[in-house]
Amino acid sequence: MEFSTLRKNLKKDFSNFPIIKVAILGDTPTQLLHQAIKGYGYEIGISFDIYESDYDQIDMQIMDASSELYEFQPEYVIIFQATQKSASKFYKKQIDSKLAFAENHISHVSQLVNVINDNHKCKIIYFNFTETNDSVFGNYANKTDASFLYQVRKANLGLMDLARVTKNLFISDIASLASLHGETAVFSPTTYTNTGIVFDIDFWPYVAKSVSDIILAISGKFKKAVVLDLDNTLWGGIIGDDGIENIQIGDLGIGRAFTELQTWLKQLKERGIILAVCSKNYEHIALEPFEKHPDMILRPDDIAVFVANWENKVDNIRHIQSVLNIGFDSMVYLDDNPFERNMVRNEIPAMAIPELPEDPAEYLGFLKRLNLFETAAVTGEDSERTKQYQEEAKRATMQKAYANEDEFLESLSMVCTVKPFDKFNTPRVAQLSQRSNQFNLRTVRYTEQDIERISKDENHTTFTFGLEDKFGDYGLIGVIILKNEGQNAFIDTWFMSCRVLKRGMENFMLNAIANYASEKNFKKILGEYIPTPKNELVKDHYRGLGFKENNGLWELNVQDYKPLLNHIKTI
Amino acid sequence: MEATEIINELTKIWRDQLDDDSIVLNPQTTANDVEGWDSLTHIQLIVATEKKFRIRFASSEIMNFKNIGDLTDAVLKKTANG
Repeated sequence: MEFSTLRKNLKKDFSNFPIIKVAILGDTPTQLLHQAIKGYGYEIGISFDIYESDYDQIDMQIMDASSELYEFQPEYVIIFQATQKSASKFYKKQIDSKLAFAENHISHVSQLVNVINDNHKCKIIYFNFTETNDSVFGNYANKTDASFLYQVRKANLGLMDLARVTKNLFISDIASLASLHGETAVFSPTTYTNTGIVFDIDFWPYVAKSVSDIILAISGKFKKAVVLDLDNTLWGGIIGDDGIENIQIGDLGIGRAFTELQTWLKQLKERGIILAVCSKNYEHIALEPFEKHPDMILRPDDIAVFVANWENKVDNIRHIQSVLNIGFDSMVYLDDNPFERNMVRNEIPAMAIPELPEDPAEYLGFLKRLNLFETAAVTGEDSERTKQYQEEAKRATMQKAYANEDEFLESLSMVCTVKPFDKFNTPRVAQLSQRSNQFNLRTVRYTEQDIERISKDENHTTFTFGLEDKFGDYGLIGVIILKNEGQNAFIDTWFMSCRVLKRGMENFMLNAIANYASEKNFKKILGEYIPTPKNELVKDHYRGLGFKENNGLWELNVQDYKPLLNHIKTI
Repeated sequence: MEATEIINELTKIWRDQLDDDSIVLNPQTTANDVEGWDSLTHIQLIVATEKKFRIRFASSEIMNFKNIGDLTDAVLKKTANG
């Protein structure tokens, strides 16, 4: 990706893209960052509306409540303090303040973040420092806290710690990016000398991607699942021809490449990415290595949906998508075969299909560089997800055995827990708010901060729903936020995980809020459906529940409400 | 390589980088004569020129380019040496 490609994008038509407002503050010239982000937006279908402050105005813009920064009302503030600038400040200091450099940097960042948060609600993306040894101490820089390298690394670690406890602070990891690309690709001495711009012109596109990756993840666009081919993708060789003892994994042949890829995939799975298999094979043959090969890292338990047959891959991937119930745009497909990749790409363009290198030894490095699995939050429930999908597959098999749906639902012994927002469920509520696309009536995205604020606001009443049945625990799967509007209660938010569709959960949820509305003597419950490209599923949600349409809103009379049938018990 | 050939190549680079096929360069052309050639795109143009001719300019050279003629001379000198 070259800078000139992104710059040419600037002239293209952005008018159909959603707009995201971003402010850039830097202590060195940021014009190229500005152009790179704007141009990269075209590649990912976002029209970035950018405010760029004059350079070296970070403190001024942030400290002054009436500054252009706040007037612009950005959704994201990007703050870029260049290593070069900090180095020149560091070198001027006496030894005492050199030793306190990292600490002072972090308390300064912390102060900036607090002031922004006091003035304006937004996300902050901070760049960390590149970590190049300035060769003043040589390797000894690692052995003394008086070196710039020591202080810079300490500052980067401090920034990570600050981000861990500051929900709206995100770090764009320029240090990792720079070490990946190498000093000569990152830094151009002539450009720096002539203009003060601290990165090579063709490094800015990667910086823009890093920032955009974070923004996309925060806006709910991230990958949730990987569909894997088997032969020559997950192991070397062809299981059907070579047999279990001859496939390359572990010590055999180039097995190390596949072992390391599998190890990485297993880490992704533990973080909450769903793994699925789609292979042209007989199922029992394809499963054999997962069950019996001593060197396989991935085991049957790691795979949420396992499809091996001789049907076409596109149909099989569609099947996997329907079981997982997630959008194609949140799925990645890994296959060594360019022909299969192209076929799938033509049929399912929304799916991410990396052009894997020919040599399997290069797969892993290539995939890491793509940074496909950016995320904005991680919760404990992420790692439970594979088990939940496997349970789902069992339920699906059982459903076929029952003649009527009520009987089937009754047989599940479903139990629901209803709770308001609290400090334990806040991360999960925020995560679901970012993730839910299909069963989401208004698609207003809330962060953890927002959720905390709403839970303390007396004009809002919050409900979370957790569901369990005899096959397992779904965890927290639904959320409703009611807003007190005098005589009426307005449904500000209603979303639900698609994993619990067709369980009568909607009826149960409405009963719960109607019951509350009646206790509080509300006259009506008002609902609204805001269409998005993804939530057509709930277009007739309120009609189906007995609401009447009025002026674009849906109304339900609390007094006349009769509880709706369902098979879910409350704890 | 002749100076005219170099100017032809530079013209291609300028047209491509600035996305404008009407650009015509001659030795007297300066940044003021070409729409879109500003201090920022200047970096882009120089980097593209370096890549095309596989040469590197020193920072003082970049500062001293007054017009396309200066740039052409520098390219001529560096490609002849190489």
